[in-house]
Amino acid sequence: MSDTPMDRAARATPPAVARRIRGLSDRSIAWLFVAPSIILLLAVNIFPLIWTVRLSFTNFRVNRPNAEIDFVGLQNYRRILTDGDIWLTMQATAHFLIWTIVLQVLIGFSLAYLINKKFRGNDLWTTIIVLPMMLSPAVVGNFWTFLYQPQIGLFNYAVSFLTGFDPSSFSMIGSVNLAPWAIVIVDTWMWTPFVMLICLAGLRSIPDSIYEAAECDRASKWRQFWTITIPMVLPFLMLAILFRGIENFKMFDLVVQLTGGGPGSTTELTSINLKREAFEKWRTGYASAYAVILFVTVFGLASIYVKALNKVKQR
Amino acid sequence: MVAVAALMGASAMGATSARADDLTLCWAAWDPANALVELSKDFETKSGHTMKFEFVPWPNFADRMLNELNSGGKLCDLMIGDSQWIGGAAENGQYVKLNDFFDKEGIKMADFIPATVTGYSEWPKNTPNYWALPAFGDVVGWTYRKDWFSRPELQAEFKTKYGRDLAVPKTFAELKDVAEFFQNRKIDGTTVYGAAIYTERGSEGITMGAMDVLYSFGFQYDNPDKPYELEGFVNSPEAVAGLEFYKALYDCCAPPGSSDAYMSENIDAYKSGQVALQMNFAFIWPGINADAKVGGDKSGYFANPAGPGGKQFAQLGGQGISVVSSSEKQEAALDYIKWFAQPDIQAKWWSLGGYSALRAVVEDPGFATSQPYAQTFLDSMAIVKDFWAEPSYASLLQASQKRFHDYVIAGQGTSKEALDGLVKDWTDVFTDEDKY
Repeated sequence: MSDTPMDRAARATPPAVARRIRGLSDRSIAWLFVAPSIILLLAVNIFPLIWTVRLSFTNFRVNRPNAEIDFVGLQNYRRILTDGDIWLTMQATAHFLIWTIVLQVLIGFSLAYLINKKFRGNDLWTTIIVLPMMLSPAVVGNFWTFLYQPQIGLFNYAVSFLTGFDPSSFSMIGSVNLAPWAIVIVDTWMWTPFVMLICLAGLRSIPDSIYEAAECDRASKWRQFWTITIPMVLPFLMLAILFRGIENFKMFDLVVQLTGGGPGSTTELTSINLKREAFEKWRTGYASAYAVILFVTVFGLASIYVKALNKVKQR
Repeated sequence: MVAVAALMGASAMGATSARADDLTLCWAAWDPANALVELSKDFETKSGHTMKFEFVPWPNFADRMLNELNSGGKLCDLMIGDSQWIGGAAENGQYVKLNDFFDKEGIKMADFIPATVTGYSEWPKNTPNYWALPAFGDVVGWTYRKDWFSRPELQAEFKTKYGRDLAVPKTFAELKDVAEFFQNRKIDGTTVYGAAIYTERGSEGITMGAMDVLYSFGFQYDNPDKPYELEGFVNSPEAVAGLEFYKALYDCCAPPGSSDAYMSENIDAYKSGQVALQMNFAFIWPGINADAKVGGDKSGYFANPAGPGGKQFAQLGGQGISVVSSSEKQEAALDYIKWFAQPDIQAKWWSLGGYSALRAVVEDPGFATSQPYAQTFLDSMAIVKDFWAEPSYASLLQASQKRFHDYVIAGQGTSKEALDGLVKDWTDVFTDEDKY
C-alpha cells in the first residue's frame, strides 16, 4: 500500500493536546492560555474605568476613608462643565495641541523630505535629529528650564544675539505671553523627529516607478509633489497627527517641569488640572467625573479621526 | 558587646519594648533631616531599635506622604508631617492620639513653645487633643547681606536717597526701599537684585510668602467671633493692600526669572550672590551661616517686618512628629518620641542644626547668643500665624495658590478680585464641608 501525502500529513500532525490533558478540548486549552491576559486587562483597564465612572457620581474623597459616600447624581459633571477655570485649561490645552501639531507636521515633513534625498551622511543626520525624542520628558523639561533662564540661559542669549534685546529683560517661562510658546518650542524640539520618522517611512514606501511614470508624462516636480507625494504620505501624516494629538492631550511631565502650570494658570493644561483635583485637593469623585469627560472627549475625537483616516487610506 | 550596650542603653532610657524593631521615619529631604539621622544614632544605641528614613523632596513631599497616609500604607512608623495635615490626619484616624502616652510618660505640652503646640500638635485647635510632639520649629524670616549693607559708599548713597541708614528694615515699606535700592545694582562687577521671595505655584510656595505680608497688613482667615465667616476678613481693605504690596515687591525687586521660586531657588539666589535679601524659612539659616561665600559675618537675619498698622506676624513652618496609625510598630515608635522629648536630646538637636521647640532649650540664657540667628528665631516664633489646618486644607491651599499666582505673577485682575475670588473658593470648600 502506497503512502499518500494525506497519510504522511496525518502521521505528522500530533494528536490533539486536549486529548492528553484530561479530555479538555483545544478550544478550552486556548481559553486557558488567553484567560490570564484577559483577566489582567479587565483588572487593570476595564475595572478601573467602570469604577471611575461609578465614583464620578459620588462625593467620595480618598483622604476621607471614614466619611459617608453620597450619590450626587450629575452634580460633579454639572460643576465641571460650568466651571470657567476648567474651560480656560481646555483652551490652554487646545492652544498647545494645535500649535505643536502644526509645527511638528510642517517641520517633521520638511525634514523627512530632505533626509529622503540621497546625500552623503543622511543616516548620521537622521540619528542626530532623533536624539531628543529618546530623552525623558522630565529631563528635557529640566534641561530647558536652564536654557530659558534669563540670566544664564543660552536660549535668551541666542535671542539676544539675534534681536539685540537684553537677555535678562524677558523670561520665557515667567511671562504670561511667552510661557505657552516656551512649551510649544520644547515639545516641537522633542517630538518633531517622531513625525519625521513616520513621514520618512511614508516617503520611502512610494515606489520609484510612479515618479518615473510622472516624468514620462512630463509632470513638473511641483506637480509630482502635490499629486503623488502628498496624497501617498497623507495616511502616514494623519497617523502621526493622531499619535501626537493623543499624546499631547495628556501632556503632563514636560509642562510640570517647565512651568508647573504657571505663570498664574496660563499653562495649566487639563492633565495638570486633573492631577490637582485628584491628588492635591483629593476630590476623588469630582476628579473621576473630570477624567470621564476627558476620556469621552479624546475617545470621541479619536474615533472620528480614525474614520477619516480610513477613508483617506481607501482612496 | 553590642547587645550588652543596647541592653544598657535600653534600661537607661527605660524602654518598654521587649524586642528590637526596624522603625521607618518619614520626612522631607532637607538639611534638618540629615541632622536628625545623626541625632537618631543615639536612639539606636540606647533602644536597640534600628532607624530607617524615608525622605522626600519638598515639592513632592505632601503628594507622596499624604498618599501613604490615605492608603493606610505601612511604610512609615513615624511621620514628621506638615502642620496643615494635623486636622485631616486626626479626623481620618491616620495619626495615633498621644494624650494618654504623654500623661503616662510625663511629657507636658506646656514645656514646648505655645505656638508650636497649637500649630503642630493640636486638633481641634486650641483644645488639649494632641496628635504630635513638636519636632521642628520653623518660621519664615529674612536673611540679608550684612557685608553689602555695611559698605560705606552704599550707606552714604542710601542715606542721601531715603534719609535714613541702610539697616535692617522694621516695616515692609522699608524693606521695599532696601530691595529697590539694590535692584539692578552693580556690586563687585556683578548685577545684583533686591529680594528673593516665594513665588512657587505647584505646592505651597506663593501662599507661604504672600501670607507673611498679608498677615502683617491685617488679613484674617475668618471672623474671630464667627468661624468660617470670610467676607470682609479675607478680602478686607488691609488684605487687599497687602497683596498689592506683595505684587509690587515681586515686580520691582525679584531677580529675573524667579516666577516659580520656593525654598531651594531662594537659597540658590542668595548663595550665588544675586540678591541682597532673601525670604525663607528659618531652617536655612544654619546652612547660610556655614556657607563659605555668604556665611559668618557676611549675612544677618531678621524677623518678618511689620505692616503699615504696626502688626507683625510671620508664617509658621515646621512640623510635629506623629505615630502613624497603620504602623505595626507603634510601641517602638512611641519609644522614639519619648526619647526625642528629653531635654538633653532636644539640646543636642539644636546643636546639630535642628530647631528645638522645647522651652528649656530656647529659654536657656545662652540660647540667644548660641548662634547668630538664634535671637531672630526666637523673635520670629513669637509672631507666628499658620495657614488653615482644616481637613480640607489642601483644597484651601490650592485655591490660594491659584488666586495669588494669577494676580501676583501673571498680573491678571486686581488684588481685590483675587481675594474676592479666594473668598468664593474657600466658601465653596466650607460649604462642601457643611460648615455653614
